[in-house]
Amino acid sequence: MSNRTIIPFGPQHPVLPEPIHLDLVVEDERVIEAIPSFGFIHRGLERLVEKKDFQEFTFVAERVCGICSFIHGMGYCQAVERVMGITLPPRADYLRTFWAELSRIHSHLLWMGLVADAFGFENLFMNSWRIRENILDIVEETTGGRVIFGAAKIGGTRRDVTNDKLKEIGRTLKTIEAELHAITDVFEQDYSVQQRLRGIGILSREDAFDLGAVGPTLRGSGEPMDARCEGYAAYRDIEVEPIVESDCDSYARCMVRIREIYQSFDIIRQVLCRMPDGETEIKVKGYPNGEHFARLEQPRGEVLYYVKGNGTKHLDRFRVRTPTFANIPPLLKMLQGCDLPDVPVIVLTIDPCISCAER
Amino acid sequence: MKMTYVALKSLFSSPATANYPAEPKTYYPGTRGHIVLEVSTCTLCKICEIRCPTGAIQVDREGKAWSIERMKCIQCGFCVDSCPRKCLSNDPQYTSPASEKITDRLDVPYEPPKRKPKPETPPA
Amino acid sequence: METPQEIVTIASSDLLAKVQEQKDAGHRLVQICATTLEQLELSYSFMGKEGITHLRLLLPRDQPSLPSITDIYFGAFAYENEMHDLFGIDIRDIRVDYKGKFYKISEPAPFNAGCLIPTRKQPS
Repeated sequence: MSNRTIIPFGPQHPVLPEPIHLDLVVEDERVIEAIPSFGFIHRGLERLVEKKDFQEFTFVAERVCGICSFIHGMGYCQAVERVMGITLPPRADYLRTFWAELSRIHSHLLWMGLVADAFGFENLFMNSWRIRENILDIVEETTGGRVIFGAAKIGGTRRDVTNDKLKEIGRTLKTIEAELHAITDVFEQDYSVQQRLRGIGILSREDAFDLGAVGPTLRGSGEPMDARCEGYAAYRDIEVEPIVESDCDSYARCMVRIREIYQSFDIIRQVLCRMPDGETEIKVKGYPNGEHFARLEQPRGEVLYYVKGNGTKHLDRFRVRTPTFANIPPLLKMLQGCDLPDVPVIVLTIDPCISCAER
Repeated sequence: MKMTYVALKSLFSSPATANYPAEPKTYYPGTRGHIVLEVSTCTLCKICEIRCPTGAIQVDREGKAWSIERMKCIQCGFCVDSCPRKCLSNDPQYTSPASEKITDRLDVPYEPPKRKPKPETPPA
Repeated sequence: METPQEIVTIASSDLLAKVQEQKDAGHRLVQICATTLEQLELSYSFMGKEGITHLRLLLPRDQPSLPSITDIYFGAFAYENEMHDLFGIDIRDIRVDYKGKFYKISEPAPFNAGCLIPTRKQPS
């Protein structure tokens, strides 16, 4: 009790590239409690829906986050399409799935780099990002943007990719996957990685479920929940088995993400195999009237879009519950009882995206 | 041990990065870099101005000019998709950095069709 | 397989009892969301194996007040503070109460103000 102090952590911190501030109540070197405060970058994007018409808003929805941008745009479009009762042509669904999985791979590779940087493994960080760059090249070639894909629109996709190009991409992905094995083997076997990740940031299965954790944070605690099992877009044809680790620590969450990268490569292979021919968009007539909650799986976890239309071109409400927002309470639980030097690593294991959370 | 292999491989292979200013970056043909207007086919219909999510495009019918604020444009390409005459396009080259906000103003030589051709010939 | 969703309208006085029912059934809190219409419309979403339930309740726009559910679901504190800051809903006894400092915004309750429904014009 005697040595209790409060250490402010963030919003600017060398290893934490996100504007979150934590007041860490520490006793000696041990964190007793963490009180977050954020809201430094609240942009009010949800209210912007009253100024932009519902088709323009796709571009705003996509800019909620810079990393999972495509799935944000896709989720918004999916919610509006459900309200308007639009069924997409199959090729549009498959192309969306293709891009969604590419964005999952690049987001997880980004995270691998960041976490390697957080525990001081610069070489691993650089190598993860080198491989990520190859994925971004594929994205830029097919959609025209590196991280803001701009490829989803209400009623389909804005671009088509020729079948020859898709075959070529399939071959490129095979070489990238082979290269990636060298990096992920380090995460799996390296002594220093294990020392920094194993046994820290424990989040039991009950706590994870009660506090509303989503995505790899929840699956790392042994709860098989993946919103892709909902069967939206092309996932209705492609079986997705939720990837689960039962160790409940930071290492388990790391392993979930690494295994998900390979799962994504596998899904892309299936998508490319089964890619149907035909139109990529249909004409949208009328305005949305009604409401719908769309549930999708982002790299960081489950995301929920709520769209309420009133029959005019401006929507009444657009709401996005981002995965990081749901993962903040579990993070506070993980931080209780950890050592002070482990705080950055634990914060990173939920893959925080505060800009996403504050919208 | 695994990392040693990766590190040694990087040590003896060529750099993954490009020698940038000396070696210019090649863009993909579909990259959304900046918006280009083909002035000869533009009819100053204002659809791009209405559709632009950020309001970067201004169309001046009286002054016969089309202008774009380069720093406001987010390269979404919505104007390109909605242009009825297909006179807008995305160029792969990015907008070059600048110390002030540039507005590009292009003169459009479009003549609107004459409204009243009939009254020229008076009814006899 | 798409999870079925249903919207259940409840009275705001029954909130705690209904939320406790969800907790006893082993459901997970998915989100809490408010919408400004003529009244404030709140949706509490819970998810279980059999589907998603949205508890829907209406509150007046002027001085709305609700009990907190953080004693049942601790994770709700983020949503409740958000609703307090953006919509001005006075939520009583939040376990972690930021007292309006959750978001650093310049005006109080920005999402509850201004015209939302009547005659929205297209931005010129």
